[in-house]
Amino acid sequence: MRFNLTTLGNILLILLVGGGLWLVERHELIGDYQIYIVKLIFINAILALSLNLIYGFTGLFSLGHAGFMAIGAYVGALCTLLPEQKEMMWILDPIIWPFSVLHTPFWVAVLAGGVVAMLFAVVIAVPVLRLGDDYLGIATLGFAEIIRVFIVNMSSVTNGSLGIKGIPAEATLLTCYVWMIITLIVLARLLFGNFGNVLRCIRDNEIAANVMGINVFNYKVLSFCLGAFFAGVGGALLGSHLSTIDPKMFNFLLTFNVLMFVVAGGLGSLTGSLLGAGIITILLEWLRAIEEPMDFGLFEIPGIPGMRMVVFSLILLLIILFRREGIMGTRELTWKSLRRLGRKKA
Amino acid sequence: MTLEMFFQHCFNALTLGSLYALIAIGYTMVYGILRLINFAHGDILMVGAYFVFFGTFAYGWPWGLAAILAIVGASVIGVAIERVAYRPLRDAPRISALISAIAVSFFIESLAVVVFSGQPRPVLQPEWLISEWQLGQVRIPTLTAFVPAMTAILVAVLLFVVYKTKPGLAMRAISKDIETTRLMGVRVDNIIAFTFCIGSALAAASGIMWALRYPQVHPYMGIMPGLKAFIAAVFGGIGSIQGAVIGGLALGFVEIMTVAFLPELSGYRDAFAFILLVLVLVIKPTGLLGERMEEKI
Repeated sequence: MRFNLTTLGNILLILLVGGGLWLVERHELIGDYQIYIVKLIFINAILALSLNLIYGFTGLFSLGHAGFMAIGAYVGALCTLLPEQKEMMWILDPIIWPFSVLHTPFWVAVLAGGVVAMLFAVVIAVPVLRLGDDYLGIATLGFAEIIRVFIVNMSSVTNGSLGIKGIPAEATLLTCYVWMIITLIVLARLLFGNFGNVLRCIRDNEIAANVMGINVFNYKVLSFCLGAFFAGVGGALLGSHLSTIDPKMFNFLLTFNVLMFVVAGGLGSLTGSLLGAGIITILLEWLRAIEEPMDFGLFEIPGIPGMRMVVFSLILLLIILFRREGIMGTRELTWKSLRRLGRKKA
Repeated sequence: MTLEMFFQHCFNALTLGSLYALIAIGYTMVYGILRLINFAHGDILMVGAYFVFFGTFAYGWPWGLAAILAIVGASVIGVAIERVAYRPLRDAPRISALISAIAVSFFIESLAVVVFSGQPRPVLQPEWLISEWQLGQVRIPTLTAFVPAMTAILVAVLLFVVYKTKPGLAMRAISKDIETTRLMGVRVDNIIAFTFCIGSALAAASGIMWALRYPQVHPYMGIMPGLKAFIAAVFGGIGSIQGAVIGGLALGFVEIMTVAFLPELSGYRDAFAFILLVLVLVIKPTGLLGERMEEKI
């Protein structure tokens, strides 16, 4: 690792923000609701980064993200819940053996969520990744639906359609931040090295990549599995953050949300994914306001439930119609580009 | 299982399969021409069903009139979607158009939640559909016979349009080569709009019958049938109308018969179609009747 001013700046920034978050959480400088939003942003950033690896950098149009997240969330929940809690909660069918006594620290649970999601990814990658773009989308979407059907039906492991409640809230602000930074660093180290060049080559021209002697299929599988791993991590964190998970939650809408972060931020831009996740998460929370009744003094607009999603899907439609490259395109926000921006303004 | 029950299941499978087939035709026509998975297709089905619901229930129109108006309304919406969300992206990467289609689909669904409310609503079946026919030991509800018959008529009309008329000829030409067709003086945009019109009309027809069969409407009713019908289209060979019909019927039989013979698997019913999809894509990606599509370099 070359050690220069940029690296130093990055490390300083990461530590500063981390320290700031630690102080904030320790002394409760901001309200619970704000902490909830910030945590959600970090988790969404992990999900956006992982989908960006699969779709933005490798060009694999995967719509199976909700499936990997569901696996991660369920594994994470099964690992962190206390055995007594599990015995009480599984009403439909008693929980079966290895899961009934399983109890691990939180970081192991998150890691396990990622690893199990990755194992599933390996299994489906072999048949599915041979398909072209839109067929791949449908096949992965189908995979996510199959996962959901299985979660509903395997009630001796997953508690069926009742879902799991009371997952220990161990995903603190700092934990979510650390996991996001880990994701970011791993992906940045990989994508701005030779591995990333190979993936971009596959995305831009698969035939050329093949001709140059790249084992396209292996690289696709690698990228897909790595993306699935971080999707599983994000799912495990999300489960702990929300404290309740059920199969209905991991429907296509969840994948759509993640896709929205990636497209809005810019396909093939890591910092774009961070920005996209941040902006869209805040926007989504802010849009809750339009579902509440508004009082303008003279007249009153009654609240319209569901209006949030109308505006949300309209925004994605407008982005894809009028600014297909998103906020960042394939550019990255770096110290260099910031300095250049500052100079231009001055 | 008795022979009577077997026949009963056969009729159910035929009805479900016909519904899938009608939806699958819309997917296959659009994909054949634009290479685009029209994600909003399932939602057109929902809109059609809702129009009939409001026509008959809220305004008290007769069934026939409500159904025709619903089909016309759904076709207009289908054409409008093409104009607004797909046409500007025709030269963009295919995935952009696909994301646009997903966004449109969610837009229609969430708008339906706002306008029609998210509550499922019961649909009143017209009286002439409630009766049953007795064939020996087998009892067939009129609806179970009506759906395949109606489907057969619609498919016959469609095949006539596609294979015996000028616009049909233009459609087939576009699916071979859009640029050359344009050079031959065909108004490509109009023909594509016409394709969306036909596909949406068939989806609405299917949606109306769907709402009659499972007598309720709700804003998300189109998602699952839409996805499964797409799978049926892939199974039959995408781009081929006959393939879509065969695929739809096959999927109907697979779903009904697997549950009939292996009742313990009934909870996994929604997964069958997707497993079938993965198998088809791995074993024979072109489907039963599909032509091999050239990969352009």
